[in-house]
Amino acid sequence: MSEQRFAHAVNRALDDALASDPSVVLLGEDIGKAGGTFAVTRGLQDRYGADRVIDMPIAENAITGMAVGLAIGGFKPVVEIMFMDFVAFAMDAIVNQAAKLHFMFGGQGAVPLVIRTQHGGGLNAGPQHSQCLEAWFAHIPGLKVVCPATLDDAYALLRSAIDDPNPVIFVENKSLYPMKGTLSAEPEAVPLGKARVARVGRDVTIVTYGALVHKALAAAETLAAEGIEAEVIDLRTLQPWDEAAVLESLSRTHRLVVAHEAVEAFGVGAEIAARMAQVGFDELDGPIVRVGGAFMPVPFGRTLEAEYLPNAERIVEAVRATYG
Amino acid sequence: MNRAVEAVRGRNEQTPELIELYRRMLLIREAEKSCGALFAEGAIPGFIHLSDGQEAVSVGVMASLRTDDTIASTHRGHGHALAKGLSLDGFFRELMGKADGACKGRGGSMHVADLSVGMLGANGIVGGGIAIAVGSGLAQKLRGGDGVAVSFFGDGALAEGVIHECLNIAALKGIPMIFACENNGWSEFSPTSTQIIFTLEKLAAAYGIEYHGIDGTKVEGVAALAAEAIATVRRESRPIVLEFFTTRVRGHYEGDAQRYRTDAADAIDPLAVTRALLEERGASGGELDDLAETIRAEVFAAVEAARLSEEPTLQSAAEEVYAAEIRR
Repeated sequence: MSEQRFAHAVNRALDDALASDPSVVLLGEDIGKAGGTFAVTRGLQDRYGADRVIDMPIAENAITGMAVGLAIGGFKPVVEIMFMDFVAFAMDAIVNQAAKLHFMFGGQGAVPLVIRTQHGGGLNAGPQHSQCLEAWFAHIPGLKVVCPATLDDAYALLRSAIDDPNPVIFVENKSLYPMKGTLSAEPEAVPLGKARVARVGRDVTIVTYGALVHKALAAAETLAAEGIEAEVIDLRTLQPWDEAAVLESLSRTHRLVVAHEAVEAFGVGAEIAARMAQVGFDELDGPIVRVGGAFMPVPFGRTLEAEYLPNAERIVEAVRATYG
Repeated sequence: MNRAVEAVRGRNEQTPELIELYRRMLLIREAEKSCGALFAEGAIPGFIHLSDGQEAVSVGVMASLRTDDTIASTHRGHGHALAKGLSLDGFFRELMGKADGACKGRGGSMHVADLSVGMLGANGIVGGGIAIAVGSGLAQKLRGGDGVAVSFFGDGALAEGVIHECLNIAALKGIPMIFACENNGWSEFSPTSTQIIFTLEKLAAAYGIEYHGIDGTKVEGVAALAAEAIATVRRESRPIVLEFFTTRVRGHYEGDAQRYRTDAADAIDPLAVTRALLEERGASGGELDDLAETIRAEVFAAVEAARLSEEPTLQSAAEEVYAAEIRR
C-alpha cells in the first residue's frame, strides 16, 4: 500500500497491461514522448517503444476507426481521447462500427477496444473541454461504460476493461487526477458491472459514480450530523449497471437519490430512477430525486463554473427532498 | 509500375488466365442478377446496392490477395465479398436474413462479412471502412509478416473528411495498404463532378503517396496493376492509391428509377468487354455460354437452399450484442 495520485493508478494499469499482454497497444495524441496531457501515459513509450505506445496525429475519427481494425486483427488497442468533448469526432467509429461489429457480423470476431478519456469540470476549461458525455455511450447497445472513483478501482477496472472482449468507454474525471489515495500493491480484480458500497447507511441510498462519489461521501457526513445515515453506492460501471445492488440498497433505505456531474436531463440518473420507479416502486417512501448538471453548457468563469457544478450541498438538499 | 499499366494488353504472369478471371466476374454478375430478382420478389428485404460494372475491380484486385490479407468494403460490397472468398451459401442466406447467413441474418447486404477469409465487412456508412482498413494494415505491420490491407471506397467517399486523416496517417506510419477507389462517377444520386473539386491523383500527391489510375472495366489491366502494387506494398510497407474508373450500370440502390441520370445507356459492361476479348483470342461462344450456365446452376442451388433456411430468432440475436470471449 502506498499514497499515490489517481493518475498514477491509471498509469500503472496501462504499464502492467502492456507488460503482461503483448497484444496491448496504446494510441493517442501526445501520449508518447509528451506523456499525455495529464501525464497519465508518462514513461510508457520509453519502456515499451513507439510501436506499442503510438503517438497519433490529431485525428480522433481515424484513430478510433484504426483501433477497430487493430482489435479485429488480434490486438487490444487502448485509445486515449484527450478530452471527452473530442469524442464527437470519433462517433462513427465508436457507435456505427465498434459497438455493432460483433452483433452485425453474426458473432464473428470481437472488438476488445478501450477508449480512455476524461470528463468533467473544475479546471475552468469551458464548454468544449468539460462535458460529461457518458450517457451517450450507455445508450448504445454493444458498448460498456466505466467511471472509477478510487485509485484501486481505476487500476482494477482498467485492467478488466482491457481484458474485456467488447468496446469499453473508460471515463476518468479530470479533477481526480491529482487526488491522493491508497493504491494497493496488487489491487483486487473488479469485474465490470459490479457496484461498490462506498458508505453503509440505513436511511437513504445515494447512487453515484466518478468524482461525485467523494462529494456524496461529504454530503453523507453532513447528513449524519442531522441523524440521517446515507448509504453511498459507487456504480463504477454505468453500462451494464448493477441494478441488483441498487435495488437491494433501496429495499433497506426506501429513499433514493441519484447524483452525477453530467447534465441531469436524459442522463444516467434518469435511467436508474425510471428502473427503480418500476422494479422498486413498493420500496419507495418518497420521490426519487436526481442531482446533475443544469441544462446548459459548462460555463467557463470561475464563479460560474463553481456554481454550476453539482456539489455536496446539492446532494444534501436532494436527500432532504426525498422526505417530501 | 508503368510496365503494369502496359500489361493491359497482355496477361501478367502472376495473375490467373483471363478465362478464370472471367469466371470469377461471372459469378459476381450472376449472383447479383439473382439478388435483383430476389429483391423484386420480396425475398431480400431492406435495400441493396448492386455492383454491376465494377466486377473487374473486385476480381482483379483480389487475384493478388491471400486469405490473410484483409479488405474493408463499402455499401456496394457484394463483389468484394464474393471475390475475397465468402461462400454463395453464406452470401444469399445473409441477404435473405436467414439464421445460417454469413452474419446470422443481422447484417444483410450492407454488412456481409467473413473474417475467416479477411473480408472485414461491407459497410453501411460511406467512408466508414477506410480507417478500419488502416488499422488492419497496422495490425499486419505490427505482426511482422507481409500481409496487406485494402480499403475499397467509392468516389463519393472522397468528400468525407476521414479519407484525409487516413491518407495522412497511412503515409506517416508506413501502413502496408492499398487505397482502392472505385470511381463510377456517381456520389449516390449526384454526379461526383458536382461534389468534388479535386482529383484523387492530386490528393494522393499531396501526401506523397504513389498513385495509379486505370480503366476499371478491363480485368487484365486491373489485375496486373494490382499485382504489382500489392507486391510493392508487401515489400516496402507503405500505402499506394489505385483509382479504377468504372461506370455504374444500375442505380444507386436496386429499384432506383434514376430519373436524375442521362448517362446510363453509355455504361460499359466489363463482362461484355472480357467476353469479346476471350472470343477474339479464340474462345468459342458455346464454351463461354456453358461456363455461364454452370455458374447459373451454382447460384440457383445456393438461392434455393437459402429459401429453405430458417429465420433467426430474436433471442439468438440478443445473445450476441456483447462478445463473451475473444474469438477469431
